Amino acid sequence: MGGSGSRLSKELLAEYQVRGTPVPGEFARGPALASGVPGRAAGRVRPPGGPLNPSRFAFQELTFLTKQEILLAHKRFCELLPQEHRSVEESLQIRVSLEQILSLPELKANPFKERICRVFSTSPARDSLSFEDFLDLLSVFSDTATPDIKSHYAFRIFDFDDDGTLNREDLSQLVNCLTGQGEDTRLSASEMKQLIDNILEESDIDRDGTINLSEFQHVISRSPDFASSFKIVL
Amino acid sequence: MSCQLKGREEKAGSGVRGRARSSSPGTGDRSRRRPSRKQPPRAERVAGRRGAQPSQKERAEGSPRPGSPRRKQAEHQRLREDLGKPGRSSTKRTCEGRRKRDGRASLKEQRQRAPPKKEKEALRKETRKRPKKHRSPSLASSTSGGESLSEEELARILEQLEDKKKLIATMRNKPWPMAKKLRELREAQEFVEKYEGALGKGKGKRLYAYRMLVAKKWVKFKRDFDNFKTQCIPWEMKIKDIGHFGSSVASYFIFLRWMYGVNLVLFGLIFGLVIIPEVLMGVPYGSIPRKTVPRAEEEKAMDFSVLWDFEGYIKYSALFYGYYNNQRTIGWLRYRLPMAYFMVGVSVFGYSLMIVIRSMASNTQGSTSEGENANFTFSFKMFTSWDYLIGNSETADNKYVSITTSFKESIVDEQESNKEENIHLTRFLRVLANFLIICCLCGSGYLIYFVVKRSQEFSKMQNVSWYERNEVEIVMSLLGMFCPPLFETIATLENYHPRIGLKWQLGRIFALFLGNLYTFLLALMDDVHLKLSNEETIKNITHWTLFNYYNSSGWNESVPRPPLHPADVPRGSCWETAVGIEFMRLTVSDMLVTYITILLGDFLRACFVRFMNYCWCWDLEAGFPSYAEFDISGNVLGLIFNQGMIWMGSFYAPGLVGINVLRLLTSMYFQCWAVMSSNVPHERVFKASRSSNFYMGLLLLVLFLSLLPVAYTIMSLPPSFDCGPFSGKNRMYDVIQETIENDFPTFLGKIFVFLANPGLIIPAILLMFLAIYYLNSVSKSLSRANAQLRKKIQALREVEKSHKSVTGRTTGRDSEDTAQGTSQNATQLPLTKEGMTPHSASQTQTPDKKAEDPGTFGSASGTTLPASQGLSVARPTGFRPDSGHARPQTHPWRSASGKSAQTSPH
Repeated sequence: MGGSGSRLSKELLAEYQVRGTPVPGEFARGPALASGVPGRAAGRVRPPGGPLNPSRFAFQELTFLTKQEILLAHKRFCELLPQEHRSVEESLQIRVSLEQILSLPELKANPFKERICRVFSTSPARDSLSFEDFLDLLSVFSDTATPDIKSHYAFRIFDFDDDGTLNREDLSQLVNCLTGQGEDTRLSASEMKQLIDNILEESDIDRDGTINLSEFQHVISRSPDFASSFKIVL
Repeated sequence: MSCQLKGREEKAGSGVRGRARSSSPGTGDRSRRRPSRKQPPRAERVAGRRGAQPSQKERAEGSPRPGSPRRKQAEHQRLREDLGKPGRSSTKRTCEGRRKRDGRASLKEQRQRAPPKKEKEALRKETRKRPKKHRSPSLASSTSGGESLSEEELARILEQLEDKKKLIATMRNKPWPMAKKLRELREAQEFVEKYEGALGKGKGKRLYAYRMLVAKKWVKFKRDFDNFKTQCIPWEMKIKDIGHFGSSVASYFIFLRWMYGVNLVLFGLIFGLVIIPEVLMGVPYGSIPRKTVPRAEEEKAMDFSVLWDFEGYIKYSALFYGYYNNQRTIGWLRYRLPMAYFMVGVSVFGYSLMIVIRSMASNTQGSTSEGENANFTFSFKMFTSWDYLIGNSETADNKYVSITTSFKESIVDEQESNKEENIHLTRFLRVLANFLIICCLCGSGYLIYFVVKRSQEFSKMQNVSWYERNEVEIVMSLLGMFCPPLFETIATLENYHPRIGLKWQLGRIFALFLGNLYTFLLALMDDVHLKLSNEETIKNITHWTLFNYYNSSGWNESVPRPPLHPADVPRGSCWETAVGIEFMRLTVSDMLVTYITILLGDFLRACFVRFMNYCWCWDLEAGFPSYAEFDISGNVLGLIFNQGMIWMGSFYAPGLVGINVLRLLTSMYFQCWAVMSSNVPHERVFKASRSSNFYMGLLLLVLFLSLLPVAYTIMSLPPSFDCGPFSGKNRMYDVIQETIENDFPTFLGKIFVFLANPGLIIPAILLMFLAIYYLNSVSKSLSRANAQLRKKIQALREVEKSHKSVTGRTTGRDSEDTAQGTSQNATQLPLTKEGMTPHSASQTQTPDKKAEDPGTFGSASGTTLPASQGLSVARPTGFRPDSGHARPQTHPWRSASGKSAQTSPH
């Protein structure tokens, strides 16, 4: 597996180097850039179904990840795939089911793992992740992502019913996630009510009984250690 | 006009096609533009020259040209249909544009034909470049296009171009799924691609293109360099594995890695500028007394027990201060070693100071002010308490427990915030605990002083035992090992909140270490002064011996005496080397104690608990011994103090930094292994980021404190007369004066003397004080303004609360409506964001139309109108919540602020 994995990543790397260069102002591109690259591109296996998207591999432009991280992500993603679908082209098309993603050690212990996957999934049923979705996830949770985008996605993760606001049900579900599954760590109903009342008292600026995105970001932007803890490293 | 732009589009298309066929990427702007102007001759010539060339390329090049008008028109028509606007004038313009362009091209053709030699050269160049070019022919249209853009259009396009570029740059900040990001990016890139070339004018174009090229290359280079840099960072995977224990444990290892980096730089500095030149170019070992083992020590100098104490051959090696000669220059490079030694010693401190302060500053930049945290205790606990790095189920369980307790604690705190029970007992206990701890501190200080004094006694005696020789190190290590747990036990009396308790504990350990280190230093200083006072007599003895040796009778006068063997020359007790040896031994013993503690305290304990648990009376894992926790604060403090010793000792033992680099390297692996194998995650998981600057502050303090003794010795103690690079000088810093006098021109020396004048220094210091005062007052006023703003926000919220409650009571239905409205608005917020993108997409099209056809400007603006309407529709829904708040708030808030202004003076 290790050998084939490295071969895959080399191909991806070649792809990335051909396509990943920023296209803006193609006008001004010098002839020097052309040297050497075509050979590698020509050696690449072309997928049967139509030409590749020219800027498909501009991932670095689109994410906060470095080249190594993208390659590592691809390797890890391929490991989740069945053996016969591990070629570069197929791995970029195929989707991985939620259960497989949740089995990653990085997500295993996370109480929000299912929410995270659902938020980042682009499939209609929200139950599978493509490689692009996976990269999106890693980008948001990377070290260099801005606090703004982190808090945006945190809001969507905490918004359990996807209605655009955090209402009392969302908050109580959030508390249950944070306190774990054991009986001894659960909060009683009165404690829960007290807690949610206090939270709404603090954060619900417009007093509508729910926390919306801007209120949430207002609170989060003042937290000294949100950005450092909202982080997943592959 | 339109055909030019279309042509450009088309050319891009053909370029893509060409690339797809021969898989050769784009060619340079420069090369493309030039050939395009003199296209006809080149086409002929090339066709003639390369008759046998594959026709494919010719087709790729030639096809757009004959087909261009037709295709342009077809495309244009399609576009017209799309936009639903009349295109009569545009077709006309197409032809006009074509004619104009052709005319221009032919004109240029003629002009270029005039100098045949030049042309030939250019042609040759082109034929060489030719295989790479496929898009060139249609460029003729695009080049002439830029010139006929009117000013405001140009400005508008420029603006949009900037917008697009900004979009491209910030694309990753957008909370969109990847597919959408890709689409947007491609659109923006196409736009930029299309218009970027059109912006330069005439001759400036080429420069512009060149600049774009350079900028792009630079971006690419920077990214590659960043990639390279991240690849070079060591132990990324190791730290990631450890991250499963929570971010605080990982932060210790990140700190360790940072420390390792700093030490590597220091090591490079010292090794490259001091040790290597000395080894390569200095006088070899055994040539002069300071580089030779004395006769009395010679026979034992290679014994391991002696070497282990850094005596014998190690003492007389380049690792220590005493080995260096006071020759002004060494080797054929005439390297000024004493000067280099001094400057490196200074720059070690300078570099460390700089890097510590820089990282502190970068830490503070990220965090917002801590004062406003109090408002959001619950929300922070709720939204930010989970550490997403945790990937270990045990840690996750601990985290669940700690989050639950913190929730419960804060609920209880909230419920009975001002309930104070038996404050007198608490106070008494706290005073008692502090008293006990101060006793401990004093006791340990006295113990160290006593031990150091005793070791000086021992050092005068012969054949002392191993324990007596290493007593100081052993006692210091034991104190460092047993005092912190003792403090922790005492601290349970105080009953502080764990976070505050941790701060106290850290402060006390810090005081203990600092006290120990400084007592050690004081005792060492006593020793140094003693040695200095003896130096005069030793100096006389040396002189006398040499004098006697050369002038004694009983030697044949005709034969000159062989010089006295350097091992026999009596010499002083080089206090600098002694100090260096002390620090070296302290460092090594500290390292060993750390490792042994890990091995015994963590690993053996873990083994015992794991394997004896099957046959023991009680549950060992849950009960008394259990597994050890990884003590983050203790380890960080240990690291900081170790670094302090390195800073202090590196001036007297240049090899110390090398030892430290080895130590950090081994402890990285060893501690990693220990954490992974035998430690359990911390039960009270503290956030790392909050205390990182605290640790940095400690490091800075330690750096400053270790700077003091070194500066003192450099400035006010005379160096030993017969060892080290500064021997024979009155003070160590005289080396600078000497260099200035001898190596610089006299006027520079005068300038230095002038600069060193107190008349200049005192005003400079005064000026600095003034600047500090000014900056301080500015920052104070800023923070005051900040506090006022915060107060305003609070007042605003208060007023709003009361307002809401009043309205809620009076008109329940109304408030319900507004609540619904706001929630609706809130849900619409993402929607409007989504709505913005089609709008921006339509904006990308509008310039096309406008640029295409200034004649039909009215209709173009007609098409843009819906877009702008869409914006104006979208905006109120998106922004109403804010304005809706602002309006009712303004009046009550004003009164509130007035009230607060009235009440505040009282």
